Amino acid sequence: MSRSRRIDLYSTLWRLPLLVWQGLFFVVPLVFMAAMSFWLVKNYRMEPAFVFDNRSKMLGRGAFWDAYWLTLGRAALAGVLATVIAFPASLFLSFRLSESGRRFALLCLIVPFLTSFLVRAYAWQVILAESGPVNAVLGSVGLGPFTMLNSGVGAMVGYLTLVLPLVVIFQTWSLAAIDRSLIEAAGNLGAAPWRVLVSVIIPAAKTGLVLGAVFAFIMTFGDFVSPFYLGGSKPPTLTILIIDTAKSGQQWPRAAVVALMMIATLFAVATAALKAAYGRRG
Amino acid sequence: MKALGALGWIDLAALFTFVFAPIGASFIFSFNSDRFPTLPLGHFTTDWYARAFSRPEVWEAIGNSLIVATATSVIATFIGFATAYTDFRYGFRFKQAYLALALLPPTLPLVILGLAMLAWLSQIGLSGTLTGIIIAHVVLAIPFAMAICRLRLSQMDPSLEAAAWNLGAGQWTAMRHVILPFCAPAIGSALCLTAAVSFDEFVVVWFVSGLNRTVPVLILEILQGNVDPQINAIGTVVFLTSISLVVAAQVMIFRRRRDG
Repeated sequence: MSRSRRIDLYSTLWRLPLLVWQGLFFVVPLVFMAAMSFWLVKNYRMEPAFVFDNRSKMLGRGAFWDAYWLTLGRAALAGVLATVIAFPASLFLSFRLSESGRRFALLCLIVPFLTSFLVRAYAWQVILAESGPVNAVLGSVGLGPFTMLNSGVGAMVGYLTLVLPLVVIFQTWSLAAIDRSLIEAAGNLGAAPWRVLVSVIIPAAKTGLVLGAVFAFIMTFGDFVSPFYLGGSKPPTLTILIIDTAKSGQQWPRAAVVALMMIATLFAVATAALKAAYGRRG
Repeated sequence: MKALGALGWIDLAALFTFVFAPIGASFIFSFNSDRFPTLPLGHFTTDWYARAFSRPEVWEAIGNSLIVATATSVIATFIGFATAYTDFRYGFRFKQAYLALALLPPTLPLVILGLAMLAWLSQIGLSGTLTGIIIAHVVLAIPFAMAICRLRLSQMDPSLEAAAWNLGAGQWTAMRHVILPFCAPAIGSALCLTAAVSFDEFVVVWFVSGLNRTVPVLILEILQGNVDPQINAIGTVVFLTSISLVVAAQVMIFRRRRDG
């Protein structure tokens, strides 16, 4: 009896830290945010209440839905673009490079995660400026200058900078794990290269392809640096809407309504995608 | 298949150029005399570094970043190890939910976490303090520490711990003399990686920090005002710090693995 009690104390002590910390500082803040979305703001102070004003104020606005579809559309586009751009590179990494070459390339792709995304966005601001290096090169052959900043193009450059390394890592991880004899068998049976690609390689690498696209979607959906510093923040995305509402307007409850809509959307997309990624192959 | 290979090679080269262009450009611009760089470049200078690091607020931010990163790495690594050990050793009801608690935070957009943290920390009187920033960063860093420790534990033979008990060691003794030494490289590695995570994070800090700025938040505030190549100088130093931490993390994990 005393032995089993001691085991309980031991195991509890190892289990508790996570429960306490993530409970108090992850779950509770999110639950509080959800509760706060029903509160009122009077004279710049929040008051506990249970009203649906914030919802009707935010969700009844055309501006909110413009931002919603813009953010959703951009995130979907970034997911598709990143997947298509990364795929040939991942194929090359997986099938044409040696094991050590592949490992080195993937290690390089971790480097961007260690550089401040803000500094990288600022570098793009300089590179893509009207008088910047890109336009200087284009101008020397008589093109441009092009306006790339403060537009959807500028924002997309930022999104792709953010997500491409991760998408390549996911895709390569999945492609490199494919059984080579499967591909050889298809070739021996007379399948053309594109046929092998479509009928063998892509289905076998489905998990990595879908996960890469989903993470690209999630990261783009929640990013505010690209739309703010490269996209000109007009029209606003949902993240910019949250920052504007919370920071300048002190309207935390209304910002919470936007945040809850984002969480619901992400949850729906992630659930559907996981089903697609791990569902029946074929 | 030849054509496919060539296409893949070109795409890979283009992708690497695109991903590393801003990193390389920021480094080059930090030594370039032009305020608005273009081609051809201006002359070499270390002026931006001298200017950036003569500002007292930069040193204040570095101090804050160091305090936050150190505290975050110690707390997050402890909790991450405890969680990894629990997952390794015990099966229990709601374990899926328990693990979700450990792994979910990085999938939530930082702007949302920032808003939730700001609201909650204001309620408990910690908004605008370094403690508040540390609390938020630990939440974000736990998954990384947990993942590294869990990976290391999965390389351990589970009967090793049981053997220690059979030889008369108590639970705590086995932990101290068997598990902890085995996990030491992972713990060192987790300390470095979580420090790097904290050192780079700016969205949540921007929401909850008030007047206590860390280095990335300072960069963000400079970016909102007059654009200035000092950002490249500060950014280069931040980058070198992060990369040193991560290389240290890698070295610790790999060196032990070779002789273990």
